[in-house]
Amino acid sequence: MRLRTLTALTGALTLSLLTGCAKGDSTGASASTVTYWLWDANQLPAYQACAKGFETENPGLKVRITQLGWSDYWTKLTAGFIAGTQPDVFTDHIQKFGQFADLKVLEPLDDLDIKESDYQPGLAANWIGQDGHRYGAPKDWDTVALFYNDKMAKSAGLTAEQLGSLSWNPEDGGTFEKAIAHLTVDRNGKRGDEPGFDKNNVKVYGLATNGGGFADGQTQWSPFTGSAGWSYTDKARWGTKYQYDSNTFQSVVNWYFGLAKKGYLAPFSDYNIQSNQANTQVAAGRAATAFDGAWMISTYDGFKGRDIKSAPTPIGPSGKRATMMNGLADSITKASRNKAGARKWVAYLASDECQRAVGAYGVVFPATPAGTEAAVAAYEKKGIDVSAFTQAVADRKDFRTFSFPITDYAADVQALMQPEMEAIYGTGKPVSSLDETNDQINLILDQ
Amino acid sequence: MTVASSSPPSRLPLSGAEAVAPSRKAKARPGGDGALAAVFIAPAMLGFLVFLLWPTLRGIYLSFTRFNLLTPAEWVGLDNYVRMVNDPIFWDSLKVTVEYVVINIGIQTVSALAIAVLLQRLTQSAVLRGIVLTPYLMSNVVAGLVWLWILDTQLGIGNEIISAVGLDRIPFLADETWAIPTIALINVWRHVGYTALLLFAGLQAIPNGMYEAAKVDGASEWRMFWRITMPLLRPVLAVVLIMTVIGSFQVFDTVAVTTAGGPANATNVLQYYIYGSAFGRFQFGYASAMSVALLVVLSAITVLQYRLTRAGQSDLG
Repeated sequence: MRLRTLTALTGALTLSLLTGCAKGDSTGASASTVTYWLWDANQLPAYQACAKGFETENPGLKVRITQLGWSDYWTKLTAGFIAGTQPDVFTDHIQKFGQFADLKVLEPLDDLDIKESDYQPGLAANWIGQDGHRYGAPKDWDTVALFYNDKMAKSAGLTAEQLGSLSWNPEDGGTFEKAIAHLTVDRNGKRGDEPGFDKNNVKVYGLATNGGGFADGQTQWSPFTGSAGWSYTDKARWGTKYQYDSNTFQSVVNWYFGLAKKGYLAPFSDYNIQSNQANTQVAAGRAATAFDGAWMISTYDGFKGRDIKSAPTPIGPSGKRATMMNGLADSITKASRNKAGARKWVAYLASDECQRAVGAYGVVFPATPAGTEAAVAAYEKKGIDVSAFTQAVADRKDFRTFSFPITDYAADVQALMQPEMEAIYGTGKPVSSLDETNDQINLILDQ
Repeated sequence: MTVASSSPPSRLPLSGAEAVAPSRKAKARPGGDGALAAVFIAPAMLGFLVFLLWPTLRGIYLSFTRFNLLTPAEWVGLDNYVRMVNDPIFWDSLKVTVEYVVINIGIQTVSALAIAVLLQRLTQSAVLRGIVLTPYLMSNVVAGLVWLWILDTQLGIGNEIISAVGLDRIPFLADETWAIPTIALINVWRHVGYTALLLFAGLQAIPNGMYEAAKVDGASEWRMFWRITMPLLRPVLAVVLIMTVIGSFQVFDTVAVTTAGGPANATNVLQYYIYGSAFGRFQFGYASAMSVALLVVLSAITVLQYRLTRAGQSDLG
């Protein structure tokens, strides 16, 4: 009798453990709830406000927002796709889009009738897959600019006007190189452009390091390769050939990483994605300037005791300034348990109403022009001049904007390019080695 | 009477229990304890089957497929293994992993042995044993992050001190030469206390009388270490080595939080490469093939270690 009881108890316990594993559902999905994931903690209050507006307009529907840090976000999302615990709607990144579209985990959004003209140029078009279907509704955009420590600039005798009109070329670096050389100071107080400058004992670098830049160089080399007229691939979207073997690209990269050899750009060894990114170097007073994205405006503004301002990217050999213009979107998962509610929520997220509400928080530039205006006004209210970021969108004559490369096998391209760019930057590997890497990448794309 | 007085006292209760057991057993279950044993084993067996055996078998099967987790696996025969053999990054990862294991296990084992012997020969303090174990109480990720901040080239307190004494800053985790030894030493710091306690437990089993006899014969501590401690500790040391080598080959978390495989793949250990291939590039078939290769390598090393160190035999009486 005892044995039988024990057997029954063990069986019940095991069964409960197994069913517990199988039925565990962290999404809380139901017909009246829409689950939504985003990664930027700064944006959480803004989207909570947007969700409130949505819930008022759609009685009976609730939005449950989950915020996860960047790395955990993608790991958990991947696991969610596999285990069936994915959210109904999630913030999507263009670099992941190709892979998700390929894995067929996204729901087409053609019926939402997203009009390209309702959003800042180029944002809506990026989210159309190779099959012609739309998989993302534009939510925001960002560009890159040069953040600088105003006190350091002033003590170097550089005015805002001078920093706002820098130009560069891959031969002598132009006024941009001269400026960052002048902003560089060694342990003995000598500036980078003064005789006797000790490049091995630099106290303040003219330009902070943000690492090797992976395959895109968004906040590293892309303002330069872009303004030299180079493009990642043979086509603006869904390219079939990468162009890292181009002479233009290689000469720009050679010059850019060469700045570290001269002591003006912080060396690769100073960079760590966890502990020491470019913004940390500026905050610590170890670098005078840094290229960084619009999503970092509030972060740089919050550095205590540092008066940080921003200038547009320098003018390149093409005669234009250049910046990556990246836009996020909201996507619905194919296995969503509440597709009807998810569609309503995504349509609302993409509307002027929500984007104005988000813009009013002054943490991100929403994708619609009205949302962008609301954000600019909110930043102004905080005393932050964001024109270095918005000019790129407003002034198409003097600026070239480009997107992240949109191709298949983006993760493979990253995996091949990351160590290559780190080796060129960190150990001085010849830039011509990119020819072979480019061949490998194009071989993968040919599959 | 004679038998009882010559037996060690600790055996007495057991002898008593043995004396009582047959009559009870015969009375309760003539068929033996098989069914009861099965019930007790069931939870562990279920865990073994569900979480170990099944994933292993499925992993081996997946290594012969192209599989992205979200669509059905497609049989590709030996393609993944052919790709692995021709993949320079795989061989580089294996080399980096071996380099890590050699530094990590080499320094850790020698240090742990030294600490264990000192603990045994010099002190019986439980507080000291507790202190030795302290780093092990910290999670690998936390230990990795703490050391990452201490060793940061520009901002770390470690490099501030190095710079303050007039030396050049050392890019511990950002330089291709320094990165693997640094990660190996971070893990030595975390695991050495635990390993030392395992060895210390082994040392406790060596009868004190042997050391006393050796002392009477005029043997030095150094001689006693080589002639008594090492030979008698060998089976324990062998098991500890097998366990730590297997653990060392599976290094992942410290790499993930400190260097993410960089700089320029200098710390792209095999487990990290497998993880990146599976969860970053959705190449679960290829990742499974590399996992099977790791399993084979570890099995071979374990068998070799077992044989070489005669781990199953004791020199003690």
